[in-house]
Amino acid sequence: MRSKKTVLIRLFLSTLYLSAFTFGGGYVIVTLMKKKFVDQYHWIEEDEMLDLIAIAQSAPGAIAVNGAIVVGYKLAGLLGTLVAIIATILPPFFIISVISLFYSAFQNNLIVSRMLEGMQAGVAAVIASVVYEMGRGIIHGKNAGSITIMAGAFLAACVFQINVIYIILVCGVIGVIRTKLSGKEAAK
Amino acid sequence: MILLQLLISFFQIGLFSFGGGYASMPLIQEQVVDIHAWLTIKEFTDLVTISQMTPGPIAVNSATFVGIKIAGIPGALVATAGCILPSCILVTLIAKLYLKYKNLSLLQGILNSLRPAVVAMIASAGISILLSALWGEGQILLENTNWIMAALFVLSIVLLQKFKMNPIWVMVLAGAANTILSFL
Repeated sequence: MRSKKTVLIRLFLSTLYLSAFTFGGGYVIVTLMKKKFVDQYHWIEEDEMLDLIAIAQSAPGAIAVNGAIVVGYKLAGLLGTLVAIIATILPPFFIISVISLFYSAFQNNLIVSRMLEGMQAGVAAVIASVVYEMGRGIIHGKNAGSITIMAGAFLAACVFQINVIYIILVCGVIGVIRTKLSGKEAAK
Repeated sequence: MILLQLLISFFQIGLFSFGGGYASMPLIQEQVVDIHAWLTIKEFTDLVTISQMTPGPIAVNSATFVGIKIAGIPGALVATAGCILPSCILVTLIAKLYLKYKNLSLLQGILNSLRPAVVAMIASAGISILLSALWGEGQILLENTNWIMAALFVLSIVLLQKFKMNPIWVMVLAGAANTILSFL
């Protein structure tokens, strides 16, 4: 039987490691969490982990943080959550703190500002490509409701400049209604 | 006062960003650039670039970056706390309910309707970044276009889509190309 202290220490170290060395965002980090806690440590059942990942992905907030919360909670309750969150937050907090010091010092340096300027074009392209991949997935889903939501939300955000929080609230309510309706149909 | 504003703004970012990855970007832009003017659109784009090249969620990175700029380390701590607080409450609650009832259909139903909206909002935030890259703060007129940036954008798209190049390398290449071209 493993002691709670060992679990907390291992939880802290593994989430710290994952958070510091995972590039590529939340979806990657939860996959690595599954590898670590299901395949390597056998602390969580595979099915349960998949549902925990689903929670991390569908709840609001950063997926990496949410993943740390669910795994921490599952393994060691609220104390586990706290330990996992701190371990997840520390690396980006430290890295960005250091970078922002350099950023203010180098912002007016000619080479750095040219570099950052050029990278704007690159980042715009990365976002365009992400939007293309995600949008294509939704259009290929051939669900009229989802396509209408996408078009409507784009008009609201880009053309009418409506606060994105309202857009999210409205679409969330639509989601509740759609889920209830399809639940009724399935029950018939 | 400024700390409280940071807390409230980043709490909203944490509460309303669904879907991970770039989903929080439009919210951050709205709070940080449009409403509070803590960053210019150019600084915000730099922040997105930096987030791309470092580990860590973009919302947490932004909280640290904006917090430090506006109110030093206390600002960074408060903004980061604000942005993870909604997750702490909601995710723990949902995990608790799930471990009891093992049913997630409503949550996933909501997410299914949010996902298309999130794509649309990322597109909208991406457009403001692209406009800032091609026209800076100036008016959007053909003669004001920064053609080097336009070329770098198209080139980056080709590298990403056709050659499936790693996004970090694409950005570094675009940055290096712009630096070299400006000294020719």
